[in-house]
Amino acid sequence: MRPRSVVSEPAPALAVAGVTLSFGGVRALHDVSFEVQPGSITSVIGPNGAGKTSLFNCISGFYRPAAGSIRLFGERIDRWSPPRRARHGLARTFQNIALFRGMTVLDNIKLGRHAHLETSLVDALVYYGRARREEVALRAEIEHRIIDFLEIDHIRKAPVGALAYGLQKRVELARALAMRPKILLLDEPVAGMNREETEDMARFILDVKADWGVTILMVDHDMGLVMDLSDHVLVLNFGEVIARGRPAEVQDDPTVVAAYLGSGDVESLRRRFAGGSDRGAEAA
Amino acid sequence: MRIGHAKESYAADEALLDSPFQWTMLALMIAGLAALPLFGDPYWVYLVCLIAIHVIGATGLNILTGFTGLVSLGHAAFLGVGAYTVAVLEARIGTPFPVNLLAGGLAAAAVGLVVGLPSLRVKGLYLAIATIAASVILHFVFLHWASLTGGPAGLSLPPATLFGVALDTPFALYWLILPVAGVMVLGAANLFRTRVGRAFIAIRDRDISAELIGIPLLKTKLMSFGISSFYAGVAGGLWAYFFRVVTPESFPLIMSIFFLAAIIVGGLGSILGGVLGAVFMTLVPEALKLGVGLLSGVLPDAVAILAPVRTVVFGALIIGFLIFEPLGLAEIWRRFRRLQHLWPFRT
Repeated sequence: MRPRSVVSEPAPALAVAGVTLSFGGVRALHDVSFEVQPGSITSVIGPNGAGKTSLFNCISGFYRPAAGSIRLFGERIDRWSPPRRARHGLARTFQNIALFRGMTVLDNIKLGRHAHLETSLVDALVYYGRARREEVALRAEIEHRIIDFLEIDHIRKAPVGALAYGLQKRVELARALAMRPKILLLDEPVAGMNREETEDMARFILDVKADWGVTILMVDHDMGLVMDLSDHVLVLNFGEVIARGRPAEVQDDPTVVAAYLGSGDVESLRRRFAGGSDRGAEAA
Repeated sequence: MRIGHAKESYAADEALLDSPFQWTMLALMIAGLAALPLFGDPYWVYLVCLIAIHVIGATGLNILTGFTGLVSLGHAAFLGVGAYTVAVLEARIGTPFPVNLLAGGLAAAAVGLVVGLPSLRVKGLYLAIATIAASVILHFVFLHWASLTGGPAGLSLPPATLFGVALDTPFALYWLILPVAGVMVLGAANLFRTRVGRAFIAIRDRDISAELIGIPLLKTKLMSFGISSFYAGVAGGLWAYFFRVVTPESFPLIMSIFFLAAIIVGGLGSILGGVLGAVFMTLVPEALKLGVGLLSGVLPDAVAILAPVRTVVFGALIIGFLIFEPLGLAEIWRRFRRLQHLWPFRT
């Protein structure tokens, strides 16, 4: 292993090396390696079941990979607990929204800052004094930086469970931003959204990158969004990296096309429809 | 009609009471409670003291079950730990009562931390059974550690004294119990305006994302157990000073169910709900007694059917609230307030 020099070369925001994960006999991830450059948007794509969410779960700490390492700005995090990763600037949103449904939008966003707040139990019981100062400062910052930015000021006091799907996704992004992330994992940020909501979300993602300087790693099936936003694309299939590169390069890669559309050339398909039994030829 | 209030600062928007009207109502309520011993009869003073003790206990259970989502059926045993601690300290050592109350709360909190340990692995019904088991064990200890607890006969204790005055009547204890209850309810309300309380709710609503945003699950759950049992311990300590005799039978399983019923009827996960539920559940038996007293003129054996009726009404209330108003009395109050806001333009 080569020695890492901190001065000459900045560490990648996220470095995943040789990560392997199995569930019983099912190999979810096999020797997955990639790096995410600071300040970039990297997308992970692949057909259903390719291991995208498993990869996210390894990075955020739900699964412990059987082999490989994960580094966050040079620090090895793969043995850390999820709360510790959160404190070091790793934030994430979920494919199926994972907000706290019984709470208001404002409380959900405030919760994002939990790990960075200092109010102790005694401070909390007394409230007046330290806890109050911290809460009011937090509220002001959330209002100015997050609620205005994501245009959710009209729903700040609404219970999250009562909101439309697209707004809930936006609140989840707001909560992740409140975590003061250095790197943000977005698991299908625009799944199930209509065109207008998707365009709003795309704008927010670009603004987060530009204004907040947050590095973004995302998974999505919306190819238009992925190709427009990403600086770098990684393609997974059956738990392995089958392609990587700039969006345009990946788009034209024949293995990627095959992974999405199925293997085999047009002629062999035509023969199959004609009734020929040439499975051997197809496999070749 | 009180449409709303423009707020000019975030601090004002974060306040517990958001309008002069609410402050006025609170002041009136405090004045009323302060005037009660001067005008009320001893029975009402006794009842309000009991309600206040129940309010502390119910608020404690609400922190654990209503806000953190950890069902506990061992709450009465924590009251027992507090009561025995206070009784032993008062009767055997004679430390001043504030010290005893604090020690009662801390002892219960310590036991609560141990009982809370399984909560990382078990949830819901399983945790409920685990807490029942803990309460059975504690009852066994109360009964059989005779050198400390006095065995089946229990302990009787001298009254609390303040500046040489014995607080030996409900009239005197009123001035101890009510302020303590007030401070503890305020503390609980404050808790949920800060990160500590929010973490509890986060664990209740979705523990996976709670962990991801940096909330350590076990530590936070144990903290909730500790605070909840501290409240129970203080309530138990006040209970000991109020009844002045503590026996293993003082804190039966049915008392845990009483507290659970109180927070369900009042409103799970609402400070106001815990208070309203405790008031309601304490007054229901009294109201029934009153009703039976009135009936006994018509129906000679009314007293004989009192006990089963009480139980039936208890059960019916819980079932009724689960079906018709799962959010409890607090929700009814909230609806009433909204109606107040808009009346007479919309009802």
